[in-house]
Amino acid sequence: MNKYKEILLDPIFKNNPITLQVLGICSALAVTSKLETAIVMSLAVTLVTAFSNFSISLIRKHIPSSIRIIVEMTIIASLVIVADQLIKAYAYDVSKQLSVYVGLIITNCILMGRAEAYALQNPPVASFLDGIGNGLGYTFILLTVGFVRELVGSGKLLGYTILTLNTDGGWYIPNGLFLLSPSAFFLIGLIIWAVRTWKPDQVEES
Amino acid sequence: MSSDSTKKTITVALGVCLACSVFVSSATVALDSIQKQNKKLDKMKNILQAGNLSFNVSNAEDVFKEKIVPIIIDLESGLILDKSKYSPELNPEAFNIKSLSESKKFGTDISPEKDLGNIKKRPKYMLSYEVLNQNKDVEKYIFPVFGKGLWSTMYGFLAINKDLKTVEGITFYEHGETPGLGGEIDNANWKASWKGKQAFDESGLAILNVLKSKVDPNDPNKNNQIDGLSGATLTTRGVDNLIKYWMGEDGYAKFLGNLRKDI
Repeated sequence: MNKYKEILLDPIFKNNPITLQVLGICSALAVTSKLETAIVMSLAVTLVTAFSNFSISLIRKHIPSSIRIIVEMTIIASLVIVADQLIKAYAYDVSKQLSVYVGLIITNCILMGRAEAYALQNPPVASFLDGIGNGLGYTFILLTVGFVRELVGSGKLLGYTILTLNTDGGWYIPNGLFLLSPSAFFLIGLIIWAVRTWKPDQVEES
Repeated sequence: MSSDSTKKTITVALGVCLACSVFVSSATVALDSIQKQNKKLDKMKNILQAGNLSFNVSNAEDVFKEKIVPIIIDLESGLILDKSKYSPELNPEAFNIKSLSESKKFGTDISPEKDLGNIKKRPKYMLSYEVLNQNKDVEKYIFPVFGKGLWSTMYGFLAINKDLKTVEGITFYEHGETPGLGGEIDNANWKASWKGKQAFDESGLAILNVLKSKVDPNDPNKNNQIDGLSGATLTTRGVDNLIKYWMGEDGYAKFLGNLRKDI
Protein backbone atom coordinates (compact mmCIF):
# COMPACT_ATOMS: atom_id res chain seq x y z
CA MET A 1 0.00 0.00 0.00
CA ASN A 2 2.82 2.34 0.91
CA LYS A 3 4.39 1.85 -2.46
CA TYR A 4 1.21 3.01 -4.19
CA LYS A 5 0.97 6.03 -1.94
CA GLU A 6 4.49 7.00 -2.91
CA ILE A 7 3.76 6.58 -6.62
CA LEU A 8 0.70 8.79 -6.24
CA LEU A 9 2.13 11.56 -4.05
CA ASP A 10 5.78 11.80 -5.08
CA PRO A 11 5.16 13.69 -8.33
CA ILE A 12 3.38 16.50 -6.46
CA PHE A 13 6.44 18.04 -4.75
CA LYS A 14 9.30 15.57 -4.70
CA ASN A 15 9.34 14.78 -8.40
CA ASN A 16 7.02 17.35 -9.93
CA PRO A 17 6.92 17.10 -13.73
CA ILE A 18 6.92 20.87 -14.16
CA THR A 19 9.23 22.14 -11.43
CA LEU A 20 11.79 19.34 -11.45
CA GLN A 21 11.64 17.90 -14.94
CA VAL A 22 10.41 21.16 -16.55
CA LEU A 23 8.02 19.27 -18.81
CA GLY A 24 4.68 20.46 -20.13
CA ILE A 25 5.17 24.15 -19.43
CA CYS A 26 3.84 25.20 -22.84
CA SER A 27 0.24 24.59 -21.86
CA ALA A 28 0.92 25.87 -18.35
CA LEU A 29 1.50 29.27 -19.96
CA ALA A 30 -1.44 29.18 -22.31
CA VAL A 31 -4.42 28.17 -20.23
CA THR A 32 -3.71 29.75 -16.85
CA SER A 33 -5.00 33.28 -17.39
CA LYS A 34 -8.17 32.09 -15.67
CA LEU A 35 -8.66 29.58 -12.87
CA GLU A 36 -11.60 27.84 -14.53
CA THR A 37 -9.75 26.92 -17.71
CA ALA A 38 -6.78 25.81 -15.60
CA ILE A 39 -9.02 23.43 -13.64
CA VAL A 40 -10.57 21.85 -16.72
CA MET A 41 -7.19 21.57 -18.43
CA SER A 42 -5.65 19.92 -15.34
CA LEU A 43 -8.51 17.45 -15.11
CA ALA A 44 -8.16 16.55 -18.77
CA VAL A 45 -4.39 16.10 -18.54
CA THR A 46 -4.64 14.04 -15.33
CA LEU A 47 -7.23 11.68 -16.77
CA VAL A 48 -5.53 11.34 -20.12
CA THR A 49 -2.13 10.65 -18.50
CA ALA A 50 -3.67 8.05 -16.19
CA PHE A 51 -5.55 6.19 -18.89
CA SER A 52 -2.77 6.37 -21.45
CA ASN A 53 -0.32 5.00 -18.86
CA PHE A 54 -2.81 2.28 -18.00
CA SER A 55 -3.47 1.16 -21.57
CA ILE A 56 0.18 1.34 -22.61
CA SER A 57 1.16 -0.67 -19.56
CA LEU A 58 -1.50 -3.29 -20.38
CA ILE A 59 0.07 -4.05 -23.75
CA ARG A 60 3.65 -3.18 -22.77
CA LYS A 61 4.88 -6.76 -23.29
CA HIS A 62 3.49 -6.84 -26.82
CA ILE A 63 4.69 -3.47 -28.12
CA PRO A 64 7.52 -4.01 -30.61
CA SER A 65 10.36 -1.61 -29.79
CA SER A 66 10.60 -0.46 -33.40
CA ILE A 67 7.12 1.13 -33.36
CA ARG A 68 7.03 1.87 -29.64
CA ILE A 69 6.71 5.64 -29.90
CA ILE A 70 4.04 5.66 -32.60
CA VAL A 71 1.91 3.14 -30.68
CA GLU A 72 2.12 5.37 -27.61
CA MET A 73 1.25 8.43 -29.69
CA THR A 74 -1.78 6.69 -31.21
CA ILE A 75 -3.15 5.77 -27.81
CA ILE A 76 -2.50 9.22 -26.35
CA ALA A 77 -3.99 10.99 -29.38
CA SER A 78 -7.16 8.89 -29.25
CA LEU A 79 -7.66 9.62 -25.57
CA VAL A 80 -7.09 13.35 -26.12
CA ILE A 81 -9.63 13.51 -28.95
CA VAL A 82 -12.20 11.79 -26.77
CA ALA A 83 -11.43 14.17 -23.88
CA ASP A 84 -11.84 17.12 -26.24
CA GLN A 85 -15.19 15.77 -27.46
CA LEU A 86 -16.38 15.26 -23.90
CA ILE A 87 -15.45 18.81 -22.91
CA LYS A 88 -17.23 20.16 -26.01
CA ALA A 89 -20.33 18.19 -25.05
CA TYR A 90 -20.47 18.85 -21.32
CA ALA A 91 -18.56 22.10 -20.71
CA TYR A 92 -19.18 24.08 -23.86
CA ASP A 93 -18.31 27.53 -22.49
CA VAL A 94 -14.98 26.29 -21.15
CA SER A 95 -14.22 24.52 -24.41
CA LYS A 96 -14.60 27.82 -26.24
CA GLN A 97 -11.91 29.35 -24.04
CA LEU A 98 -9.58 26.37 -24.17
CA SER A 99 -10.00 26.17 -27.95
CA VAL A 100 -6.98 24.43 -29.46
CA TYR A 101 -5.16 23.74 -26.22
CA VAL A 102 -7.07 20.55 -25.40
CA GLY A 103 -5.95 19.11 -28.72
CA LEU A 104 -2.42 20.17 -27.88
CA ILE A 105 -2.40 17.88 -24.83
CA ILE A 106 -1.17 15.32 -27.37
CA THR A 107 2.11 17.19 -27.54
CA ASN A 108 2.34 17.67 -23.77
CA CYS A 109 5.69 16.16 -22.86
CA ILE A 110 4.40 14.83 -19.54
CA LEU A 111 2.28 12.20 -21.28
CA MET A 112 4.98 10.88 -23.57
CA GLY A 113 7.52 11.17 -20.75
CA ARG A 114 5.50 9.07 -18.32
CA ALA A 115 4.63 6.48 -20.96
CA GLU A 116 8.30 6.05 -21.88
CA ALA A 117 9.76 6.32 -18.41
CA TYR A 118 7.18 4.46 -16.37
CA ALA A 119 4.34 2.65 -18.13
CA LEU A 120 6.62 0.58 -20.36
CA GLN A 121 8.30 -1.04 -17.35
CA ASN A 122 5.54 -1.23 -14.75
CA PRO A 123 2.21 -3.04 -14.23
CA PRO A 124 -1.09 -1.33 -15.14
CA VAL A 125 -2.34 -0.31 -11.68
CA ALA A 126 0.95 1.28 -10.66
CA SER A 127 1.13 3.01 -14.05
CA PHE A 128 -2.40 4.32 -13.64
CA LEU A 129 -1.50 5.79 -10.24
CA ASP A 130 1.70 7.23 -11.65
CA GLY A 131 -0.42 8.98 -14.30
CA ILE A 132 -2.80 10.37 -11.69
CA GLY A 133 0.16 11.47 -9.53
CA ASN A 134 1.90 13.31 -12.34
CA GLY A 135 -1.42 14.81 -13.36
CA LEU A 136 -1.81 16.10 -9.80
CA GLY A 137 1.69 17.56 -9.91
CA TYR A 138 0.73 19.37 -13.11
CA THR A 139 -2.60 20.39 -11.54
CA PHE A 140 -0.86 21.85 -8.49
CA ILE A 141 1.26 24.17 -10.65
CA LEU A 142 -1.58 25.12 -12.98
CA LEU A 143 -3.93 25.98 -10.14
CA THR A 144 -1.30 28.06 -8.33
CA VAL A 145 -0.42 29.97 -11.47
CA GLY A 146 -4.07 30.30 -12.53
CA PHE A 147 -5.03 31.55 -9.07
CA VAL A 148 -2.41 34.30 -9.02
CA ARG A 149 -2.92 35.29 -12.65
CA GLU A 150 -6.69 35.62 -12.46
CA LEU A 151 -6.58 37.44 -9.12
CA VAL A 152 -3.85 39.93 -10.03
CA GLY A 153 -4.76 40.22 -13.71
CA SER A 154 -8.50 40.69 -13.48
CA GLY A 155 -9.35 40.88 -9.77
CA LYS A 156 -11.51 37.78 -9.97
CA LEU A 157 -11.49 34.12 -8.99
CA LEU A 158 -13.52 31.65 -11.03
CA GLY A 159 -15.27 34.65 -12.55
CA TYR A 160 -16.41 36.07 -9.19
CA THR A 161 -15.15 39.54 -8.36
CA ILE A 162 -12.76 39.56 -5.41
CA LEU A 163 -11.10 42.92 -5.94
CA THR A 164 -13.46 45.50 -7.42
CA LEU A 165 -11.86 46.98 -10.53
CA ASN A 166 -11.43 50.69 -11.02
CA THR A 167 -13.45 50.41 -14.25
CA ASP A 168 -16.39 49.13 -12.18
CA GLY A 169 -16.06 51.87 -9.60
CA GLY A 170 -13.69 50.02 -7.24
CA TRP A 171 -10.11 50.70 -6.22
CA TYR A 172 -8.18 47.89 -7.86
CA ILE A 173 -6.17 48.66 -11.00
CA PRO A 174 -5.57 45.26 -12.64
CA ASN A 175 -2.09 44.34 -13.80
CA GLY A 176 -2.54 43.42 -17.46
CA LEU A 177 0.85 41.74 -17.62
CA PHE A 178 -0.54 38.87 -15.58
CA LEU A 179 -3.01 38.05 -18.33
CA LEU A 180 -0.22 37.58 -20.85
CA SER A 181 1.84 34.43 -21.14
CA PRO A 182 5.19 35.84 -19.88
CA SER A 183 3.74 36.25 -16.38
CA ALA A 184 3.30 32.47 -16.19
CA PHE A 185 7.03 32.12 -16.87
CA PHE A 186 7.80 34.44 -13.94
CA LEU A 187 5.41 32.60 -11.64
CA ILE A 188 6.65 29.14 -12.58
CA GLY A 189 10.20 30.41 -12.08
CA LEU A 190 9.28 31.64 -8.61
CA ILE A 191 7.59 28.32 -7.76
CA ILE A 192 10.66 26.37 -8.91
CA TRP A 193 12.82 28.64 -6.77
CA ALA A 194 10.56 28.10 -3.74
CA VAL A 195 10.39 24.31 -4.17
CA ARG A 196 14.15 23.98 -4.62
CA THR A 197 14.87 26.14 -1.58
CA TRP A 198 12.58 23.87 0.41
CA LYS A 199 14.08 20.69 -1.07
CA PRO A 200 17.73 21.49 -1.86
CA ASP A 201 18.36 18.00 -3.28
CA GLN A 202 16.41 19.05 -6.42
CA VAL A 203 18.99 21.69 -7.30
CA GLU A 204 21.01 20.62 -10.34
CA GLU A 205 24.78 20.55 -10.15
CA SER A 206 26.20 23.43 -12.09
CA MET B 1 6.83 -15.25 -31.08
CA SER B 2 9.16 -12.37 -30.21
CA SER B 3 7.64 -8.90 -29.97
CA ASP B 4 10.07 -7.61 -32.57
CA SER B 5 9.24 -9.96 -35.44
CA THR B 6 7.77 -8.35 -38.55
CA LYS B 7 4.55 -10.29 -38.24
CA LYS B 8 4.02 -9.24 -34.62
CA THR B 9 4.87 -5.62 -35.43
CA ILE B 10 2.22 -5.46 -38.14
CA THR B 11 -0.36 -7.24 -35.97
CA VAL B 12 0.18 -4.88 -33.05
CA ALA B 13 0.10 -1.81 -35.29
CA LEU B 14 -3.15 -2.90 -36.93
CA GLY B 15 -4.69 -3.92 -33.61
CA VAL B 16 -3.88 -0.62 -31.91
CA CYS B 17 -5.16 1.40 -34.87
CA LEU B 18 -8.39 -0.58 -35.05
CA ALA B 19 -9.08 -0.35 -31.31
CA CYS B 20 -8.29 3.37 -31.22
CA SER B 21 -10.37 4.23 -34.27
CA VAL B 22 -13.40 2.37 -32.93
CA PHE B 23 -12.97 4.16 -29.60
CA VAL B 24 -12.64 7.63 -31.14
CA SER B 25 -15.42 7.29 -33.68
CA SER B 26 -17.92 5.87 -31.22
CA ALA B 27 -17.25 8.74 -28.81
CA THR B 28 -17.65 11.30 -31.60
CA VAL B 29 -20.86 9.80 -32.90
CA ALA B 30 -22.34 9.41 -29.42
CA LEU B 31 -21.61 13.02 -28.42
CA ASP B 32 -22.39 14.70 -31.73
CA SER B 33 -26.02 15.57 -31.00
CA ILE B 34 -25.18 17.11 -27.59
CA GLN B 35 -22.42 19.21 -29.16
CA LYS B 36 -24.67 20.50 -31.94
CA GLN B 37 -27.30 21.38 -29.38
CA ASN B 38 -24.70 23.29 -27.34
CA LYS B 39 -23.61 25.33 -30.33
CA LYS B 40 -27.17 26.18 -31.26
CA LEU B 41 -28.03 27.16 -27.70
CA ASP B 42 -24.91 29.28 -27.39
CA LYS B 43 -25.85 31.25 -30.49
CA MET B 44 -29.42 31.69 -29.29
CA LYS B 45 -28.19 33.03 -25.96
CA ASN B 46 -25.97 35.52 -27.77
CA ILE B 47 -28.85 36.71 -29.92
CA LEU B 48 -31.04 37.14 -26.85
CA GLN B 49 -28.28 39.01 -25.06
CA ALA B 50 -27.73 41.35 -27.98
CA GLY B 51 -31.45 42.06 -28.06
CA ASN B 52 -31.44 42.79 -24.31
CA LEU B 53 -34.04 40.11 -23.63
CA SER B 54 -34.04 38.53 -20.21
CA PHE B 55 -33.75 34.75 -20.02
CA ASN B 56 -32.21 32.07 -17.85
CA VAL B 57 -30.34 28.90 -18.68
CA SER B 58 -33.43 26.72 -18.83
CA ASN B 59 -35.82 28.89 -20.84
CA ALA B 60 -33.48 30.40 -23.45
CA GLU B 61 -34.92 28.24 -26.19
CA ASP B 62 -38.53 29.06 -25.31
CA VAL B 63 -37.87 32.80 -25.13
CA PHE B 64 -36.11 32.58 -28.48
CA LYS B 65 -39.01 30.78 -30.13
CA GLU B 66 -41.55 33.16 -28.70
CA LYS B 67 -39.89 36.50 -29.42
CA ILE B 68 -37.44 36.08 -32.27
CA VAL B 69 -38.32 35.81 -35.95
CA PRO B 70 -35.47 34.96 -38.32
CA ILE B 71 -35.38 36.84 -41.61
CA ILE B 72 -32.93 36.54 -44.48
CA ILE B 73 -31.92 39.90 -45.92
CA ASP B 74 -30.70 40.32 -49.49
CA LEU B 75 -28.00 42.92 -48.86
CA GLU B 76 -27.91 44.19 -52.45
CA SER B 77 -31.59 45.07 -52.70
CA GLY B 78 -32.16 45.52 -48.99
CA LEU B 79 -35.27 43.35 -49.16
CA ILE B 80 -36.29 40.40 -47.04
CA LEU B 81 -35.95 37.16 -48.99
CA ASP B 82 -39.31 35.50 -49.46
CA LYS B 83 -39.69 32.13 -47.74
CA SER B 84 -40.52 30.51 -51.08
CA LYS B 85 -36.98 31.29 -52.25
CA TYR B 86 -35.31 29.40 -49.42
CA SER B 87 -33.00 26.64 -50.62
CA PRO B 88 -31.12 23.85 -48.82
CA GLU B 89 -28.08 26.13 -48.24
CA LEU B 90 -30.06 29.30 -47.76
CA ASN B 91 -32.57 28.97 -44.93
CA PRO B 92 -32.52 30.04 -41.27
CA GLU B 93 -31.74 26.53 -40.00
CA ALA B 94 -28.76 25.84 -42.24
CA PHE B 95 -27.44 29.40 -42.54
CA ASN B 96 -23.69 29.45 -42.08
CA ILE B 97 -21.75 32.67 -42.62
CA LYS B 98 -18.42 30.95 -43.26
CA SER B 99 -19.55 28.42 -45.83
CA LEU B 100 -21.83 30.90 -47.64
CA SER B 101 -18.99 33.45 -47.92
CA GLU B 102 -16.90 30.84 -49.69
CA SER B 103 -19.77 29.65 -51.88
CA LYS B 104 -19.74 30.75 -55.56
CA LYS B 105 -23.47 31.14 -55.68
CA PHE B 106 -24.17 32.86 -52.37
CA GLY B 107 -20.89 34.59 -51.59
CA THR B 108 -19.39 37.77 -52.96
CA ASP B 109 -15.95 39.37 -52.90
CA ILE B 110 -15.69 42.76 -51.29
CA SER B 111 -13.59 45.28 -53.18
CA PRO B 112 -10.58 46.39 -51.08
CA GLU B 113 -11.60 50.05 -50.89
CA LYS B 114 -14.98 49.12 -49.42
CA ASP B 115 -13.65 46.37 -47.18
CA LEU B 116 -13.50 48.22 -43.85
CA GLY B 117 -13.92 45.06 -41.83
CA ASN B 118 -11.03 43.39 -43.68
CA ILE B 119 -13.07 40.26 -44.35
CA LYS B 120 -12.56 39.98 -48.15
CA LYS B 121 -15.71 37.90 -48.66
CA ARG B 122 -19.21 37.89 -47.29
CA PRO B 123 -22.49 36.15 -48.06
CA LYS B 124 -24.86 38.02 -50.39
CA TYR B 125 -27.57 37.34 -47.84
CA MET B 126 -27.46 37.69 -44.07
CA LEU B 127 -29.62 35.90 -41.55
CA SER B 128 -30.98 38.58 -39.23
CA TYR B 129 -33.66 38.59 -36.57
CA GLU B 130 -36.73 40.59 -35.70
CA VAL B 131 -37.62 40.86 -32.02
CA LEU B 132 -41.35 40.93 -31.35
CA ASN B 133 -43.15 42.56 -28.41
CA GLN B 134 -46.29 41.21 -26.75
CA ASN B 135 -48.52 42.45 -29.58
CA LYS B 136 -46.33 40.64 -32.11
CA ASP B 137 -45.07 43.94 -33.53
CA VAL B 138 -41.40 44.30 -34.41
CA GLU B 139 -39.60 46.02 -31.56
CA LYS B 140 -35.93 45.60 -32.50
CA TYR B 141 -33.75 44.23 -35.27
CA ILE B 142 -30.71 42.06 -34.57
CA PHE B 143 -28.00 42.01 -37.23
CA PRO B 144 -25.04 39.65 -37.42
CA VAL B 145 -21.74 41.50 -37.91
CA PHE B 146 -18.18 40.31 -38.32
CA GLY B 147 -14.73 41.70 -39.00
CA LYS B 148 -11.06 41.30 -38.23
CA GLY B 149 -9.72 42.20 -34.83
CA LEU B 150 -6.08 41.78 -33.85
CA TRP B 151 -5.78 37.99 -34.06
CA SER B 152 -9.08 36.72 -35.25
CA THR B 153 -12.30 37.41 -37.08
CA MET B 154 -14.82 38.54 -34.50
CA TYR B 155 -18.40 37.36 -35.04
CA GLY B 156 -21.19 39.10 -33.20
CA PHE B 157 -24.67 40.59 -33.19
CA LEU B 158 -25.75 44.22 -33.08
CA ALA B 159 -29.31 45.07 -32.09
CA ILE B 160 -31.02 48.26 -33.30
CA ASN B 161 -34.30 49.65 -31.99
CA LYS B 162 -37.28 49.95 -34.33
CA ASP B 163 -36.66 53.72 -34.50
CA LEU B 164 -33.70 52.59 -36.67
CA LYS B 165 -31.31 54.85 -34.77
CA THR B 166 -30.79 53.60 -31.24
CA VAL B 167 -28.45 50.73 -30.41
CA GLU B 168 -30.08 48.11 -28.18
CA GLY B 169 -27.04 45.91 -27.54
CA ILE B 170 -24.04 44.06 -28.88
CA THR B 171 -22.43 40.66 -28.29
CA PHE B 172 -19.58 38.70 -29.80
CA TYR B 173 -20.11 34.94 -29.89
CA GLU B 174 -16.87 33.91 -31.52
CA HIS B 175 -13.45 35.57 -31.42
CA GLY B 176 -9.85 34.83 -30.52
CA GLU B 177 -8.74 38.16 -29.04
CA THR B 178 -6.29 38.32 -26.12
CA PRO B 179 -8.06 37.42 -22.88
CA GLY B 180 -8.18 40.44 -20.58
CA LEU B 181 -7.27 42.96 -23.28
CA GLY B 182 -9.07 42.61 -26.61
CA GLY B 183 -11.06 39.78 -25.03
CA GLU B 184 -12.79 42.48 -23.00
CA ILE B 185 -15.24 42.82 -25.89
CA ASP B 186 -17.03 40.18 -23.78
CA ASN B 187 -17.06 42.52 -20.76
CA ALA B 188 -20.66 42.99 -19.62
CA ASN B 189 -20.13 46.62 -18.58
CA TRP B 190 -18.56 47.58 -21.87
CA LYS B 191 -21.34 45.87 -23.80
CA ALA B 192 -23.92 47.65 -21.63
CA SER B 193 -22.35 51.00 -22.56
CA TRP B 194 -23.57 50.49 -26.13
CA LYS B 195 -27.23 50.58 -25.16
CA GLY B 196 -28.95 53.83 -26.03
CA LYS B 197 -26.18 55.16 -28.27
CA GLN B 198 -27.23 56.66 -31.59
CA ALA B 199 -26.01 54.65 -34.55
CA PHE B 200 -27.66 56.77 -37.25
CA ASP B 201 -28.54 60.43 -37.69
CA GLU B 202 -31.85 61.80 -39.05
CA SER B 203 -30.85 61.16 -42.66
CA GLY B 204 -29.89 57.56 -41.93
CA LEU B 205 -26.14 58.11 -42.11
CA ALA B 206 -24.12 55.78 -39.87
CA ILE B 207 -22.47 57.93 -37.20
CA LEU B 208 -21.37 55.46 -34.51
CA ASN B 209 -17.68 55.66 -33.55
CA VAL B 210 -15.68 53.44 -31.25
CA LEU B 211 -12.99 55.75 -29.89
CA LYS B 212 -9.39 54.98 -29.10
CA SER B 213 -9.86 56.32 -25.59
CA LYS B 214 -12.70 57.08 -23.19
CA VAL B 215 -15.68 59.13 -24.30
CA ASP B 216 -15.44 62.71 -23.04
CA PRO B 217 -18.69 63.35 -21.06
CA ASN B 218 -18.69 66.97 -22.28
CA ASP B 219 -18.41 66.08 -25.95
CA PRO B 220 -21.60 67.11 -27.82
CA ASN B 221 -21.27 63.90 -29.89
CA LYS B 222 -20.95 61.60 -26.91
CA ASN B 223 -24.22 59.88 -27.82
CA ASN B 224 -22.68 58.32 -30.88
CA GLN B 225 -19.35 57.40 -29.32
CA ILE B 226 -18.27 54.23 -27.53
CA ASP B 227 -15.33 53.86 -25.09
CA GLY B 228 -12.28 52.14 -26.56
CA LEU B 229 -10.85 49.16 -24.73
CA SER B 230 -7.64 50.09 -22.93
CA GLY B 231 -4.63 48.10 -24.02
CA ALA B 232 -6.44 46.82 -27.09
CA THR B 233 -6.08 49.49 -29.77
CA LEU B 234 -6.24 47.08 -32.70
CA THR B 235 -9.24 45.13 -31.41
CA THR B 236 -11.02 48.43 -30.76
CA ARG B 237 -10.22 49.64 -34.26
CA GLY B 238 -11.51 46.32 -35.59
CA VAL B 239 -14.83 46.77 -33.80
CA ASP B 240 -15.08 50.36 -35.05
CA ASN B 241 -14.40 49.24 -38.61
CA LEU B 242 -16.78 46.31 -38.61
CA ILE B 243 -19.61 48.48 -37.25
CA LYS B 244 -18.91 51.11 -39.94
CA TYR B 245 -18.85 48.43 -42.62
CA TRP B 246 -22.02 46.64 -41.62
CA MET B 247 -23.97 49.84 -40.94
CA GLY B 248 -22.75 51.27 -44.24
CA GLU B 249 -23.93 51.03 -47.84
CA ASP B 250 -22.33 47.60 -48.36
CA GLY B 251 -23.95 46.26 -45.20
CA TYR B 252 -27.45 46.84 -43.86
CA ALA B 253 -27.90 50.48 -44.95
CA LYS B 254 -30.15 49.55 -47.91
CA PHE B 255 -32.35 47.35 -45.76
CA LEU B 256 -32.62 50.06 -43.12
CA GLY B 257 -33.23 52.67 -45.84
CA ASN B 258 -36.17 50.65 -47.15
CA LEU B 259 -37.61 50.43 -43.65
CA ARG B 260 -37.19 54.18 -43.10
CA LYS B 261 -39.41 54.91 -46.11
CA ASP B 262 -42.23 53.14 -44.27
CA ILE B 263 -41.95 55.03 -41.00
